[in-house]
Amino acid sequence: MSEQRNDTKFINRQSFIELNARERAEILFDTGTSRELAGPFDRMESPWLAMQGVTPQADDGCVVMKGKISGQSTVVIALEGAFQGGSLGEVSGEKLTAALDLACADNEKGIRTNAVMLLETGGVRLQEANLGLASIAEIMASILVLRRHVPVICIIAGTVGCFGGMSLAAGLASYVVMTREARLGMNGPEVIEQTSGVEEFDSSDRALIWAIHGGEQRFAMGLADALVEDDAQQMVEAVQSFIAKGVPAVHRSSEIALYRSHIAALDASRQWDPKELRAIWKADVATEDTQ
Amino acid sequence: MSEYKGIRGAVWFKALTGQSAPLSGGPASVLAADAPLGNDTARFLCVVPNPEGRFPCARHGEVGLEEAYTLATRVREVIHEDNNTIKRPIIAIVDVKSQAYGRREETAGIFLAAAAAADAYGSARLAGHPIITLVVGHAFSGAFLTHGYQANRLLAFDDDGVMIHAMHKAAAARITRRSVESLEALGKTIAPLSYHIRDYAKLGLLHKLLHVENPEDPPQQEIQAVQKELITAIVDTRNSPVDLRSRMTSPGALDMRKTSIQVRNLLETQWAEIRHAQ
Repeated sequence: MSEQRNDTKFINRQSFIELNARERAEILFDTGTSRELAGPFDRMESPWLAMQGVTPQADDGCVVMKGKISGQSTVVIALEGAFQGGSLGEVSGEKLTAALDLACADNEKGIRTNAVMLLETGGVRLQEANLGLASIAEIMASILVLRRHVPVICIIAGTVGCFGGMSLAAGLASYVVMTREARLGMNGPEVIEQTSGVEEFDSSDRALIWAIHGGEQRFAMGLADALVEDDAQQMVEAVQSFIAKGVPAVHRSSEIALYRSHIAALDASRQWDPKELRAIWKADVATEDTQ
Repeated sequence: MSEYKGIRGAVWFKALTGQSAPLSGGPASVLAADAPLGNDTARFLCVVPNPEGRFPCARHGEVGLEEAYTLATRVREVIHEDNNTIKRPIIAIVDVKSQAYGRREETAGIFLAAAAAADAYGSARLAGHPIITLVVGHAFSGAFLTHGYQANRLLAFDDDGVMIHAMHKAAAARITRRSVESLEALGKTIAPLSYHIRDYAKLGLLHKLLHVENPEDPPQQEIQAVQKELITAIVDTRNSPVDLRSRMTSPGALDMRKTSIQVRNLLETQWAEIRHAQ
């Protein structure tokens, strides 16, 4: 592909990242097939925020939509990074878990229903602390059951990224799709710096952050399955291709021997250039660039 | 309320298994053993501090890369070995400081390591292994998601040294722009924020709070009482679904998680309506 063609495509694209959670969810569906569930007019708000002087939101920052993708019944759950950093509270957490469970129940009845999660989140909402953490454990449990029936596709488009407990949910997904503007990690740079010191992680070092957590690196290491441009059409095609692919033979989070041997082989006495890991890790993973 | 000391895991692992060494081939930070429990042989797992550990940010009771993949390995061994026989109970003894906060960990994808351990525990539960978590000390955030939170039943000691939470107090105060004092004050009225185990118990997630007098040096009688509770929880688990629904149907949850129940009911209703329309 020439630089010229790439530029033209880039200029004419529709940005995915600029869309809010609701728009991101809707654009993935076959035109006119989506319906939102427990939407803002149902006013399922967090009961815990107002009592702490924080304004709740009528959808609690979580959009659930059902409809068809590639003609197949699919549920899409999108976290809104602009509300409380996409954090998981009681309501947003239960919307996500219940949506996965309903999809699972349909699959068990023979009605194939796929699931897509759009994760823009820092993890647990600290104003709901233990209910958020419990919710994430339940989301993970529900992913584990559902992914036996259909692929559970995780999109991390940016720019909030996916951190904290929800990075484990991404780790359990059948497929992870990222952009170069997205990040995926368990602990953000600030919390590492505060906990382990600036010499361990300098959170002002933007290049270091992207080199470690960025979509390009995660894909190059084989920890994400597709790297797409910030282009709604590419995102739609990536989702469709993974739905067509179906459930992977082995999920990445079940590849214990492989990753355990990777960790055993690392020289833990020093920090690594993240690029070192690309060549070593990627070679063992059968992934596919949808670009 | 106590600071993390990192001694309770090893104490209870020894008390319940009679052993104190890791299985060969794993790091010293992951204790694993099979030991009798009632009529069963159960697999006991515990993460303990290891000052000699390979990874500098995972030497003080944190769950790091090696700990997570070793837990996953030890759980998967059980699933594999019991494929055609009675499903061994798995007991997760929990006293973990946190996940490991390090650059090496992030670079090597600790999120996947943690997911792999949770995957193993969850898969064992789905395969019919009773998974019982015994929180004897601290159970924090990502470390608890990795080791313990996928269990069928959660048991915890009713003791000030026990703490289950999403984030350590100072960090949680900083991020929510509060003083530690105001965070503690809020915890008195808002149960999910509280660092007290009795407030956690109100959320309906725990199967049972266990009274112990000497959690750091338990006499034989106390050990036997805890064993009895584990056995009861195993029986209860074997007669129940393999999912985590009991966390939503307990008396505590019916009260503290009533909004969750409303959300679920609403989604169920609207989901059915759409299906009939399509």
